[in-house]
Amino acid sequence: MIDRKEMNAIDKKQNKSLPWRYRRQKIFFGAVKLSALIIVLALGGLVFYVVSNGLGAISWEFITRPPTDAMTKGGIMPAILGTLYLTIGAVAVGLPLGIISAVFLTEYARQGKVIRLIKVGINCLAGVPSVVFGLFGLGFFVVFLEFGSSILAGSLTLGFLIMPTIIGAAEEALKAVPQTFREASLALGVSKWQTIFRIVLPNALPGILTGSILGIGRAAGETAPIMFTAAAFFTAKLPGSIFDEVMALPYHIYVLATAGTHIEETRPLQFGTVLVLIALVLGIDLIAIIIRGYVRKQKRW
Amino acid sequence: MVISEDETIIEVNDVNFYYGNFKALTDIKMNFKRNMVTALIGPSGCGKSTLLRLLNRMNDLIDGTRVEGKILFEGQDIYAPDIDPVEIRKNIGMVFQKPNPFPKTIYNNISYGPKLVWNLSKSDIDDMVEQSLRQAVLWDEVKDILNKSAMTLSGGQQQRLCIARALAMKPDVLLMDEPTSALDPISTAKIEELIEDLKKDYTIIIVTHNMQQAARISDETAFFYIGKLIEYNKTEKIFTKPDVRQTEDYITGRFG
Repeated sequence: MIDRKEMNAIDKKQNKSLPWRYRRQKIFFGAVKLSALIIVLALGGLVFYVVSNGLGAISWEFITRPPTDAMTKGGIMPAILGTLYLTIGAVAVGLPLGIISAVFLTEYARQGKVIRLIKVGINCLAGVPSVVFGLFGLGFFVVFLEFGSSILAGSLTLGFLIMPTIIGAAEEALKAVPQTFREASLALGVSKWQTIFRIVLPNALPGILTGSILGIGRAAGETAPIMFTAAAFFTAKLPGSIFDEVMALPYHIYVLATAGTHIEETRPLQFGTVLVLIALVLGIDLIAIIIRGYVRKQKRW
Repeated sequence: MVISEDETIIEVNDVNFYYGNFKALTDIKMNFKRNMVTALIGPSGCGKSTLLRLLNRMNDLIDGTRVEGKILFEGQDIYAPDIDPVEIRKNIGMVFQKPNPFPKTIYNNISYGPKLVWNLSKSDIDDMVEQSLRQAVLWDEVKDILNKSAMTLSGGQQQRLCIARALAMKPDVLLMDEPTSALDPISTAKIEELIEDLKKDYTIIIVTHNMQQAARISDETAFFYIGKLIEYNKTEKIFTKPDVRQTEDYITGRFG
């Protein structure tokens, strides 16, 4: 047996003495704190920059009126409405399809090579640049299916864009439902479909919604996919059906900042639009969070 | 209808069972008798839980398993291709090792199955919930908190709730997979009393690691060892004068 003295001596030799350990711990904690600080500062700085530049542009007129004077004055109401429609459309397409796919992949499919390959494919799809989805939407929905540049084509394109994210989140949420719940239900003589529908899905729903929030943010903010499939450069007319073109906030920002006639003069408008977009995304997220809270409360743990 | 004492309800006929290439059960042949408590005992990994899960096709949930031989429930082969396992599980209920109530209210835990399977009025369901909870001797403890989460109950109460939930489906047979191994002695005693009562109306097959429990509550006992049925006899006989040496060694604690 080595006694305590000897051990201390060994520790010292190997630079493991207590003060040195504390110093190392401090250095490590310092690095962690610094990283956290940098992230908070970057995010805070970004929001502060947008708010301080954009707040001046925000007014009742700004959010309730269409643009006027070649988009150098007036509001952005059509773009707000357009983005809202497109986001809701994208969620309406992506959420059900994503959940159904995830249910198939985790509950029904026999786990094997093919399924693993499909899962890898879905993960890759989540990383594909959005402009690729845009081009696909243009070729398939706009041209081939003859939807034209419309809310429908844009929603479908965005829906497919966010689907891999939702499938991933839903898969994880479904896997997190204890196997004992499934066994308990099946052992009662309840069919597999009813078990999934009544026990598994309700328990997975909060997790699915958490993942979907990420998708919603992406759907509302993407520019490239809607440039080709849904967004109009300018239209004062509000959409009357899902086959109409709409203005959208991200594209409107792009247009004002790069393609407008008076780029410098519309700077406040650009920041105002950015601010509205951020607020809109947060607003939609908030609805999802409220729904999630409600579903969680239904669960009687 | 007069039920003869020795009427067979489940007949297991030369059953072999495989997990992939691993043979978990070899040539099992036994007849479970109606309205009796049959205990399955044996060391861990001897296949007793596997056999139990075969009886209501719960092993179907595991990929790569294979059954040979026949299991007849009331004369019908439950592994015949035209048999729906869902129908089998309605008639042969199961209670698991760890209490596993749904994260729902006590009331909804019981009404969940019946609601999906039968078309019942609200008052029918109310009656059924009360009847099932009474059968499981839980009614007096929970009648005022039916709308509270089942998760707030104690472990023993949760297990009785699971039994009530299984009874609500009006099964003929109740399979129990070490139902008391996660419970304290008082809860265990309550469940054992309950099993005594239920025997009148149900056939009970119970897996247990607790030899005293098998001796106390069962009419017949089957001893398994490495996937084989070593001895199947009246409980009294098994625990006093077993026919096979291995059984005696296990029961007296010389191995296992």
